[in-house]
This record gives sequence, structure tokens and C-alpha cells, in this order.
Amino acid sequence: MARARKSVEVAKTANSQKDLLKFYRDMLLMRRFEERAGQLYGMGLIGGFCHLYIGQEAIAVGMQSIQIKGDQIITGYRDHGHMLAAGMDPREVMAELTGRSGGSSRGKGGSMHMFSIEAGFFGGHGIVGAQVSLGTGLALANQYKANGNVAFVYFGDGAANQGQVYESFNMASLWRLPVVYVIENNQYAMGTSIERSSSETHLHRRGVSFNIPGEEVDGMDVEAVREAGSRAAAHARDGHGPYILEMKTYRYRGHSMSDPAKYRTKEEVDEVKKTRDPIDHLREVLDAKGWADEVAYKAIDGEVKAIVADAAEFARTSPEPDPVELFTDVYLEAAQ
Amino acid sequence: MSVDILMPALSPTMEEGTLAKWYVKVGDTVKAGDVIAEIETDKATMEVEAVDEGVIEALLVEAGTEGVKVNSLIARLSGEGAASPSAPEPVEAAKAQPRAASPSPTVQTVLADPDLPEGTTFIKQTVRDALRDAMAEEMRADDRVYLMGEEVAQYQGAYKVSRDLLQEFGPRRVIDTPITEHGFAGLGVGSAMAGLKPIVEFMTWNFAMQAIDQIINSAAKTLYMSGGQIKSSIVFRGPNGAASRVGAQHSQDYSAWYANVPGLKVVAPYDAADAKGLLKAAIRDPNPVVFLEHEMMYGVEFDVPQIDDHVVPIGKAKVRRFGQHVTITAHSRMVGLALKAADLLAQEGIEAEVIDLRTLRPLDHATIVESVRKTNRLVTTEEGWGPMGVGAEIIARVVEHGFDYLDAPPMRVCQEDVPLPYAANLEALALPSVDKIVQAARAVCYVS
Repeated sequence: MARARKSVEVAKTANSQKDLLKFYRDMLLMRRFEERAGQLYGMGLIGGFCHLYIGQEAIAVGMQSIQIKGDQIITGYRDHGHMLAAGMDPREVMAELTGRSGGSSRGKGGSMHMFSIEAGFFGGHGIVGAQVSLGTGLALANQYKANGNVAFVYFGDGAANQGQVYESFNMASLWRLPVVYVIENNQYAMGTSIERSSSETHLHRRGVSFNIPGEEVDGMDVEAVREAGSRAAAHARDGHGPYILEMKTYRYRGHSMSDPAKYRTKEEVDEVKKTRDPIDHLREVLDAKGWADEVAYKAIDGEVKAIVADAAEFARTSPEPDPVELFTDVYLEAAQ
Repeated sequence: MSVDILMPALSPTMEEGTLAKWYVKVGDTVKAGDVIAEIETDKATMEVEAVDEGVIEALLVEAGTEGVKVNSLIARLSGEGAASPSAPEPVEAAKAQPRAASPSPTVQTVLADPDLPEGTTFIKQTVRDALRDAMAEEMRADDRVYLMGEEVAQYQGAYKVSRDLLQEFGPRRVIDTPITEHGFAGLGVGSAMAGLKPIVEFMTWNFAMQAIDQIINSAAKTLYMSGGQIKSSIVFRGPNGAASRVGAQHSQDYSAWYANVPGLKVVAPYDAADAKGLLKAAIRDPNPVVFLEHEMMYGVEFDVPQIDDHVVPIGKAKVRRFGQHVTITAHSRMVGLALKAADLLAQEGIEAEVIDLRTLRPLDHATIVESVRKTNRLVTTEEGWGPMGVGAEIIARVVEHGFDYLDAPPMRVCQEDVPLPYAANLEALALPSVDKIVQAARAVCYVS
């Protein structure tokens, strides 16, 4: 079987006007989508747990930009942004949040459990750290099938302390599996800061004893994410095994909707919003290059608003699943 | 165009809250993201952010109002410059008027515990606070007792069950762990083997599946394997079962799983008095105890006896309601549903006897068989799945010990045999309900 595509590394300077405008639009879509999800939660249209991605948009957008067809993505329960980045329809994501038949799991999964084989999105997992082993298994399948694809496995600073992460690291390195581990270090595992939970807070070093290279990346800068992501993907795709990217980021909202976030100050949150916001940052880059003006921003704004409004309306009006759905999808029929 | 601002839901189980404070007044301009109010629930205080831009037109609920229902109108915003032509409708405004605090849901225990001394007085207490008090009392009494788990200390407990324990006992005895269930469960068992008496909190029992090897292979079996040398006096506790629409991975009842394992004791209380008394007993027990709480019960108030050392023995069921026509068994939250079902059944002349199992291992089958001897009919209830479940075990015991007394095949009320769905309508269909218990009781009584 011939090896498939080779990766091409991208430099930060190589991003075109079209690229950057797309990144801006995609990040804004995530931001507005999540704000609306928070609103629908407050109205009782979304139930259960709902973990918003606001603040972390540059990671999903930057990493998605270097993936090729057939690559897989897997993450934990803070998954809405990744699904939008993977190209899933905002309607089916929002309708899953409201538990309706138009949702990507037909209402049976909810916020934490969404999937799209078509988009290469393998979920959406509710148990902290579980996706790391699963994602390493996706990489095993890629190697097994020699398809040239890479699995992108996302987890947070909290999950970085789970035991199965290190069991997976060992096997991934031992067998040179094509996997990129993307640690979204937003500095708080629910209410516990990284300093209070981790003996080694530089999470990109967590692969050292497994001979996995790692680097720290400004996760609030979409171009930096893209550049590091392309380097890591090339490493994995070219048969050198796993790679760790520690994305330094920040979540603006609570861990979930019910988190009062008393473990950090309002000033700390405001400071990040003011000085490190990924969308504002990209807008400055676009302004400096003279690549977008008020008219362009307004057009993007309008487009995004319309998509989100449409998704919310769809999610509100899509019917509840038919009661017969209660008993479907538990087993498949065995082949005769 | 004006925009209604509604009382937001801040958690899966929130139905109402206190509007503690307004940060804005009429005439203020707000934009999306501005904090406009502070809301308190029994679990937390949270800020409410505006989601639209505009000018505050009216504040319809006074600061300090308790019991404001989720989704009731609390304020009105005039959207994007356009002044609102319509005055607030009086009907809606009236709905949002300050009112007396609506009483917290209170469930009366039908029968006083026969073991309590005459003249015992009771206070109203939530299950959450009863559990907290049990831990605090045992920690005061025994320095070997300590609490460990995710967010138990500084955050005051993910569900606020460990509120103020860090303040009283300090970080030596109230320990925040990283998210690393397998690891800290193992550390807990190890420290128990060395003579400490840990209380290991799992944020939910769903996450304890990461740690189940240490619970079963290490905690439950080591006494036996060591010929009685190595002891593990340890309590594993946390919320079990379905909360409210948190999806399949966060909504499982582990009663039958742990009750299957020799070496473990398994306790699942219903009300606050039992939660307190049984947790104290569990902490004192020399064996590993799996203590199954229920998130939906944490905020419910019950009578708790005001006695110095309220300990409820592990292994004893409690008859919550006497009746002669059908026996209904239940544990944890299902007891409340069974009692409601019994009330409905009484209206149609069926007197149900409701037995609160309280402990699943060892199971007090004598109390159940005794009841079936009188009623000759049995309905078991549980939140978990039926196959190989708690009901299956109870029916087996009744058949073994009281076969001749049965006048009808027993019935099980349990979760439908599917992972719990997220969608509101499917979740309701999947879970056991008062109605399903009533139906089953009628069926075993051959009443259509």
C-alpha cells in the first residue's frame, strides 16, 4: 500500500488574506454560537451540562486548517467549537443541544456526546481523559490501514493528570502512532488551577519520559496554532510518532453553566479578555495588513449572526425525537 | 422592540432561585456580557450577564426576592435603540412580583424510626447538609478520618456537600485531588490499609468507573486475600443515578454493580436522617463502604432527629408505610416515588407497604419477606437497569424464603433497557416513574 499524502508545513507568514478572513469568520461563528447556547440554556431549552468554548476558539480553528481529508478529531465535553470547526452544520449541533430530532445524535446524546463520522469528528466524551486512549486507538487504525491520516486528540489541563493519558503516551510512542495530542491548557480544571493540580505545570514536557516531543504554543493566536499544528502533523504523518502541543489558552465562562467561578477573580478574566482575546488579536493583524475594513467586518458579522439565528430557530422548532427512538441504536443486527 | 429578560437556569436541576442583587437600574445601557444581576441557588451564587444590547426599561423583580421561578420575567430591555411602544403587560408583571419564599420541598417521613428515643425533637435539614454534618461530626471525633476528592476543599464540593469542611479541618484533612480517580482511589485504599479512615468523594459515581479496579480488587478483596490481616476502613461516596438530562455517561445507577461484590457494604439512603445516620455508620465501619447518594435529593429537606450521635445501623431496611395489599421495595430517590405511588393507590383502595431498603449489601431480606407474607404481592423499584439488578435479587430472595406466600408473579419497575437518552421526552420515558409503579402495583393485584 502506498503511503498517502505528505504534510506541508506552513509558516506563520504564509497565511493569505483569504485564510485569515476565514479564520476570523470561523472564530466569530464559534463565539456567537456559544453565546447563543448560553442564552438557550438560561431559557431552559438546553438542559444538563453545557461547557462553552468561548475564549479558546483559535485552537480549534487553527488546528482544523492544517488537517487533510480522513484525519480524525476527538475531544472531551467542551466540544461545540470543535464540531463547528470540523464543518458540522450549526443547525445539527444546536439541535443536539436542545435534544431534538434534528440534532446530530437525534437528541440522544446532548452537549457532551456528539459525533460525525463524515466530518471525522469522533466525539464528544463525558469522562475526563477517556478520549486520549480512544484517540490513540484512532491513530492505531490509521497506522494499521496505512492511510496517511493523523488523529488529533484534544484534552485539557485537568485530563492531563489521568492515568490512561500516560498509558496511551507510552504505546503511541512505542509504536510510533500518527497522533497529535493537543492539550488545551485553559489553566483551570473545573475549579482547580493548574498550580494546585499539577507537579509539572509545563504540560508540553509531559511526554519527555516517553520520548514524545512537545512544545508550548500561544493558543490565543490562530496563526501560531496553525504553524505549530502543521509542524506536529508533519511529524506524525511522516511516521515519527506522536507529538504534544500545549496550547496556552483561557476559558472566559465557568467550567459549565452551573459553575460560579469563585476560584478566580473577575479582574483576571477581564485582563485576558482585554489583552489576549483571540478574535480581537486576529482583527489587529488584519487591520495592520490592511486586509479588512469596517464593511468587511460588518459583512462577516451579519453572516455569522444569521447562521446562529437560523441554528437557534431550527433547534427551537425541531421536534422532539419520536418515542420509538428510545429503543433504537442499542444493538446492531448481527450479519447473517 | 423590547426584549424580555427571564430568570435563567444556572444548573441542570435549578427550578428557582433568589434574585440577590441588581447591578443595573432603569435607564442604564447594557451590552452583551455585562453583569446585570446576582442570583443565588442552594448550590451557588452566580452573576447573570446580559445577552442583548439595550437600555434597561424595567426591573420587574425586587432585589432580595426568593423563590423566583426559572423562566419568569425579571426585567425588560429596550432593544437596539427602538423605544418599546408596549408597556409591560400587567399579568406578566404580577407574576414576577416579590413574594414570600416558597417553601422548600419537604417530604414527611410517614413513620418515625422506632429506634429513636421518645420525645426526640427534629429539625428540618437538607440531605446535603445532613451528609456534611455526618462527616464533620466523625472528623471531630476521630483524627484518622479525612476527606479526599475533586473540588472537595476550596470549591466546597462540586455539589456543596463538603461546604465549610476545609475551613474547620484544614488542608491536612480536606484534600483537593487532581482529576485522577484511579490514582486517588488507590491512595485512599492504601492509606486505609495503613490505618487511616478515608472518605473518598467521587464527583459522581459515573467517574468512579475509572477507579473501580481499586474499589473492588484492592478495597473489597484484600482482607480476604491477606487472611484477615489487611483492613480497609474506607467510605467511597458521591451522587449516583440520573440527575437531570446530563446524558448517558453521567446518568447511571451503580447499585447492582457494587452490591454484587463480597467484601463491600453498599448503602443508599433516601432521606436526610438516614443519610446522616448511615454515613456516620459507614465511616465507623471497619469495611469498605460504597455510599450511594442522589443529586436530585441533595436539596430536599427532611426531619432530622436532634440527638447527639445519630447513627443508623447498616443492613436494616425500614418500613416507610404500612399496607396489606402489595409490598413495594425502593431505595434512594425511588423511595419518594414509591410513597407517592402508594398515596395514589390508596385512593383506589390498594394499601401498599413501602420498604426503604437503605442498605443493599447486606440486604435485609427478612423485612421484605415478612412484608410479603402479609401482602402476598411484590413490586420492586430501582433507577438502574432491570437485568441482573436489585429487583432481580430481591425477587430471588423472596422466592427462596417466601415462595408459598406469593399470590402473583412479582414485577420490577426500573430504567428501560437502554443507555439514558438526553432528549427531555425520551429521558422521561426511560426512567421509572410514579405512574409506572402504580401500574405495576395494580397489575400484581390483578386490578385493571
